[in-house]
Formats: sequence, structure tokens, C-alpha cells
Amino acid sequence: MEIKESPPGTLQLIGEATIYTAAELKLGLLTQLSRHDQLVVDLSEVSEIDSAGMQLLILLKREANEKGKVLKLSGHSSATKELFELYDITALFGNFSDSSHPADGSATS
Amino acid sequence: MNADNPQITFLEECRELLVEMEEALLSLENNPSDADMINAVFRAIHTIKGSGGVFGFDDVVDFTHVVENVLDKVRSGDIAATSDLISDLLLSRDHVTLLVEEAVGVGKELNDKERQQGSEILDRMRVLLNQGSAPKTASAPTGAEQPATPIPEKAADGVVSGNWHISLRFGLDVLRNGMDPMAFVSYLKNYGDIVFIKTLIHAIPPAKEMDPESCYLGFEIDLKSDTGRETIENVFEFVREDCAIRILAPHCSLDEYKKLIEGLGEGEVTLGEMLIKGGALTRDELGQILHTQPEDDDVEEFDDEHQLEGALAEESSADSNTANVASSKTEATRGRKAAEHKTIRVDAEKLDILINLVGEMVIAGAGTRLLAHRTGETALVESMSMMSRLVEEIRDSTLRLRMVQISGTFNRFNRVVRDISRGLGKEVKLEISGGETELDKTVVEKIGDPLMHLVRNALDHGIETADERIAQGKPASGCLKLNAYHDSGSIVIEISDDGRGLDRDKILAKAVERGIVEPDQAVTDQEICRYIFEAGFSTAAEVTNVSGRGVGMDVVKENIEALRGTVDVRTQPGQGTTMIIRLPLTLAIIDGFLVGVGGTSYIIPLDMVVECLELKELEDQDLVQGSYINLRGEALPYLRLGEVFGERGDGHTRENVVIVRVGEVKAGLVVDELLGEFQTVIKPLGKIFQHLRSISGSTILGSGEVAVILDVPGLVEQAAAGGFKQTRVGHSTKRGPESSTTIH
Repeated sequence: MEIKESPPGTLQLIGEATIYTAAELKLGLLTQLSRHDQLVVDLSEVSEIDSAGMQLLILLKREANEKGKVLKLSGHSSATKELFELYDITALFGNFSDSSHPADGSATS
Repeated sequence: MNADNPQITFLEECRELLVEMEEALLSLENNPSDADMINAVFRAIHTIKGSGGVFGFDDVVDFTHVVENVLDKVRSGDIAATSDLISDLLLSRDHVTLLVEEAVGVGKELNDKERQQGSEILDRMRVLLNQGSAPKTASAPTGAEQPATPIPEKAADGVVSGNWHISLRFGLDVLRNGMDPMAFVSYLKNYGDIVFIKTLIHAIPPAKEMDPESCYLGFEIDLKSDTGRETIENVFEFVREDCAIRILAPHCSLDEYKKLIEGLGEGEVTLGEMLIKGGALTRDELGQILHTQPEDDDVEEFDDEHQLEGALAEESSADSNTANVASSKTEATRGRKAAEHKTIRVDAEKLDILINLVGEMVIAGAGTRLLAHRTGETALVESMSMMSRLVEEIRDSTLRLRMVQISGTFNRFNRVVRDISRGLGKEVKLEISGGETELDKTVVEKIGDPLMHLVRNALDHGIETADERIAQGKPASGCLKLNAYHDSGSIVIEISDDGRGLDRDKILAKAVERGIVEPDQAVTDQEICRYIFEAGFSTAAEVTNVSGRGVGMDVVKENIEALRGTVDVRTQPGQGTTMIIRLPLTLAIIDGFLVGVGGTSYIIPLDMVVECLELKELEDQDLVQGSYINLRGEALPYLRLGEVFGERGDGHTRENVVIVRVGEVKAGLVVDELLGEFQTVIKPLGKIFQHLRSISGSTILGSGEVAVILDVPGLVEQAAAGGFKQTRVGHSTKRGPESSTTIH
């Protein structure tokens, strides 16, 4: 797993976002979030993602919301798209980025 | 290999299921209409298919799917359980074993031939399916999934929704245990349409506390499917203990939803809204639930099944039928769980390490005890003997951990006997007794092959064809018996048939032809029977597929002797043959009897020692004649160990005779000194010594000296033969660097 910032403000995740890389991914994502007010996470190079990886994206999104930052996901690879559809959470990320709406009820409880 | 790995658990469960399936199939053959057995076979295949799907083992799922369909038709009576079908089902059982092993990665990849066999089985099954369903195509839907349990009728206050509602809260360790919720959700799709799924993320803690390897996810799923509860439960078979699972049936009573909402205690409004969104509840229905909500609903653990069940049990009104069904179901599940917890699976390797350590501890303990004795301090000696007793107990219970019943090995022969006797066109019944007899797992693993050989021989050469048997006035169907029992520290396994028995003259003629005996030499029947264990000795008139190539009996004997066991034959012409295998209970540690000859210590396995006598006394009474001792009228051959091993006795010690027994043969061993009992940790001999007939291993004494373990069966044989082969053992008896390289 590699996290690359290019261009500035955009994080490219390269490789697998799974339980095997979760610890490193969590640290990397949260560190990057602390440095930016607006962040785009590019998932186009994610070769594999599991529930652990997805949980971290959700966590990141929630963190961003709580701190009043903007987080967007872009370029879903087929692996990420599949999982997002299976779990039906695409909307979750959509709702989040629109700060005028209150966040999803269950997410803030 | 990690025992915690769910794939390994899957493999082991499959193996158990496949064994059950085989047993059920074999009993089905005798009683083709036994519904219980048909169900058992169906259940086994069904579970393997379900679990295989969870892991994404497509090969396993594809194959078992067809088999399952056939079995379903058998169950419904559309296809008869003919003996041909049972043969095919047995073959498919074998194929599933291969597929599962391949999938989990413990077996080799299937070769073309095996794949070919697999698809041939499937072809035959598909033909059956088409025939079986032909008259009923209109009424019987041939969908992928049959409803395993009838979907409950809509209860009086049942909800409108016709979908299953599945509520999942995964445990923290699910991901760490190598499972992913995504696999289960996605597998669920095979059984129907997920019309609604809500991923619950509220359990994810704040960033600082969140462990990236823990799982915080939950799901509310509505599944449109006409499958049964059992099928859905089986999807979650492998997370059952790691996940709070609620499954609500279509049209189940409103009450169940109420309990769900209450039980989860996650804020009924949010959850209720979610249920409405998924179509599980209508707004009216939710209104009714929330309206009847009790006041004290605040703190309820969502995994508190007791509460949920208790509440369900209290319901006695007429409309709670479905609730009761659900409650008894969870009880059944719980009963199954309880049964599972009675045993734990432990990696065999871990046990081996433990046993090795205990072995070392026994040796070290003996050393310490010796030192304690030297100090002469009573308190120390006393505490040491306490230690020794504990060590002994630890040794025994550790070895017992590795003891397994022999029934597993015996039961495999049901199938073997069935297949071989069919192939030979004979009718043979297998009778098994003493299956509960226990012996060391390592012995069990190694006894399979020799047993297999003896069973094949008995079927092929021993038992006659039905015609021959009838001509001799015997029942047409032959009988093969497997029996096991404990006898003085050994386990005895008997394989007996009621066939024609060994042909004494034929064996003798063959022995003369091969130059084993002189034509005019007098030989006893016992000796003649032993000739069949000579290499390349076969009297079978024709070579069959099963046996008769003259390879084998010598290998059988070798294998059994490698386990420090013996094999004996008893035969009666026309009545049958019995093979008697005698094996030590364990291969690691024995109780030994320490004797001294010259300056060297030798160990005789204590179980084989009958008694000890003073040689001088016997000689005084003139009871020693030639190479025999007259022991209370019984003539026993004896050997002087000093002569056997080329040790010089020190002349003035009073020699003793140790009477040993192997099976029913007794012999005397003359030694210089009797040194008493000794817990013996067996160290195998190096390759150089392996061909020696008189010693079977070595051990290390408390003093650090090496002692040699005597091969008593070998010595008894030598004594009976009236002579001995000069066998020399190196004299380096101290445990030094040069000897530890050879004697290890």
C-alpha cells in the first residue's frame, strides 16, 4: 500500500486497502487529513479493498465532517466500486460532503 | 498450519461431514428407504456447499450443487436410492474430498484424470435429474434452491413484508479471524435478491480509539428469497460465534420485529425508519410497535439473547406460534454450540512438542533424583520423590491426550470391504467390535496401511465365493471381523475371516521351492504360517487386482515391527484365518525394567516382564537343561544377554533370569544385575543400528549414561530358534559428543 500526494490536495491510494495494510493506511490517511482542509482521495489505483479498508474511508469521512473539513472520493477502481455497491454506501459519502445537510442519523449517534 | 484459521476449521468440518456421509450411504445401501440416512447425506452435502460458498470455493459449490439436487430428488422419492446411485454418491463423496482439499490448499491440485472422473459423475447425475424430474416438470420447480423448511404462514398479526429480514452485528474480531462481512453479504445474494441493505457504521469509535483491524460494522438486510431459514443460517455458520445474527421470516409476527428493535437498543426511531425504508415494516406497523413499547427500554445490550428469548418464551398468546418456532430454533442452535465446546482442536504438532518436553523432563527428573540421593538429605530425597510421582502423572496424562479411539480407522473399512467384495463378486459382511479401544494417534496413523493389506488379503484369498461356500455348507455371505482390545500394555487388533484358511501344504511346498526350509525338515504349523511373511512369498494361483502379487505380507510385517509390534497368524483349514497384531500403546515413553550386564545397562519394557528368578537357585535344583529352563514344568528357551552382546560378566555377581513374554511365547534372559523400574523415554536409534535385531532403541539414564532398549520380540525369537546372532554394540556408554551423533 502506498499513499502518494499528487497533485497537492489529492491522495492517491495505490495497492490493496485491506486488513493487512489497515494500520498503515489509518495512520497515513489521518495524518494527511490533519494537514489539509480539503482532501480528495483517489481510489482508482486500489487493487483490492475489504471491510477493514472501507471502514477506514468511512472513519476518515466522519473525521473530516466533525472537523468541518471537506473530503471527497474520486476515481473508484472496480474493486472499490463493487464493495461500495454491495454495502450500498455510495450515498453515505455523498451526504457527508454536503455540509448543509445534517449527517446521517446513525453515523453521529 | 494454524488451527484458528477458519479455512482449516472448514476443512475439518468437511472431513467429519464426509465421514458421516459415507457411513450414512453405506447404511442406506442396506436399507434404501431410511429417510434419516437420506437426510444425513443431504445435510452433509448441503452444509459443505453452503460453507464452501462462503469461502468462494466455486469448484466445491458447483459440484455439490448437482449432487445436492439429486439428493433432494431422492429425498422427495422422485429418484430411487439404487445401489448404482449409492456407488456414484460414494464416488462423488470422494471427489468432494479432493475438491475441498484442493480449495483449502492442503491437497495437491487435481489432475486431468480426477477432473475427468468428476465430470463423469456429474454427467450421470444430470441424466438422473432429467429422468427423475421428467414426469413432474410441471409441478416441481427445478430452481437452484429448494425451500428446505416451509416458510411459515402469515401469522395473524404478521407483517406485510414477504421478505426475510436479516440483522447482523459483526464482532470485533471477525476481520482478524480472517473473515470479511463482505463475503457473507455477497454470498447471501446466491439465495435471493437483496432488496435493501443498510450498512451500520455508528459503532466505529472516534479515530483515536478505533483499531483499524477490528470490525465495527453491522447490517440490516432485506432479502427476497423463497429459501428456508436453515439455508440462511448456514450462510453465517462460520461467524455464528462472532456475530449477533437475527433472522426474521417473511410475514413473521409484528412482535418479532418489536423484539428486534427493543433487543438491539440502538435507538428505536432510527432503526424503525430503517426498517420502513427497507420495506420490512410499514409505517403503521412501526407505529404499533413504538406505541406498545414499554417504558423501561433504555439500557439493553444488543447481544443479550437471554432477554430476547426470555421475552419470547413468556409469550403464550395464540398468535406467537412463529415466535415459538424461532425460539426453539435458537435453542437447537445453542445445543449444537454446547456440544461443540466439549472438545477443543489442538494442532497435533503442539502436542508432539509437549510430549517431547515431558520426555526431557522425565530424563532430567531422573538425573535430579540421583543427585538428591547422593546428598543423603532426607528432606530433599522426599521432596524429589514427590516430584517424580507428579512427573509420572504428567507423563501419563500427556500421553493420554494423544490417545484416540480406533473406531475411526475401523469404520473406514466399511467402505473398503463393500467396494472390494463387490469387485470380487463376493458377499461379505463386516463386523466391528472394540472400536472404543484407544491407542496413540501416531500408531493409528501408521497402522492403516498394514490393516488395509490384511483386510484385502482376507477378502481376496480368505473368503470364498458364494458358490464355493454353499458347496462347503457355509452361509453364502462371508464374514470379516475387526476387533481390538487392550492386553498387558499393548493393544491387540484382530482381523479374522471365516474363509478357507491357509493352505499348509501349498505354503510348505512354496517354502521348500524358495529354499527357506529343507524338504525333509520338520516344521510346526506355527512356523509354516510365518513363512507367508517372507519377502516375495505368494501362493495365490492367480494375480488379481486386489492382491496376490507377493508384495505385501513382508511389508506388513516390517511396518508393524517398525511400530515395535508383532503380527501372528492363526488358521484352521476350512474355518478361516485370524491375523493378530500386537502393538505398544505409545511410541514415546514406556515403563522400563533396568538390568545390568557387564558394565552396561539394558532396558526391558516392563509390560513384557513376567517374573525374575535367581539363576543359581534354578541350577541348584537342576532345572536348567541345555538351552532350556524348566520353569514349573514349562520348558522355556533362554539367552545369556552377556553372550548376545559380547559383554564379559564380572564372574562373582549372582546372575538372574528375567522371564519375558511376547504374546504367548515366553523366554528367559540371563542378566547380571536387576536394577529396577525406570521411566524410559525412547530415543530412536540412528540409521546405522536400524538393522540390529536385538535392540530397538536407546534412552538416557539419570546419570547421563546411555542404556539400550532390548528388542524383546526379536530376542525371544532368537531364543526359540535355539541360538543367537552375535550382535555387538559400541561400548561408548557415556553420553559424549561422539556417541550422541550416532545414538540419538
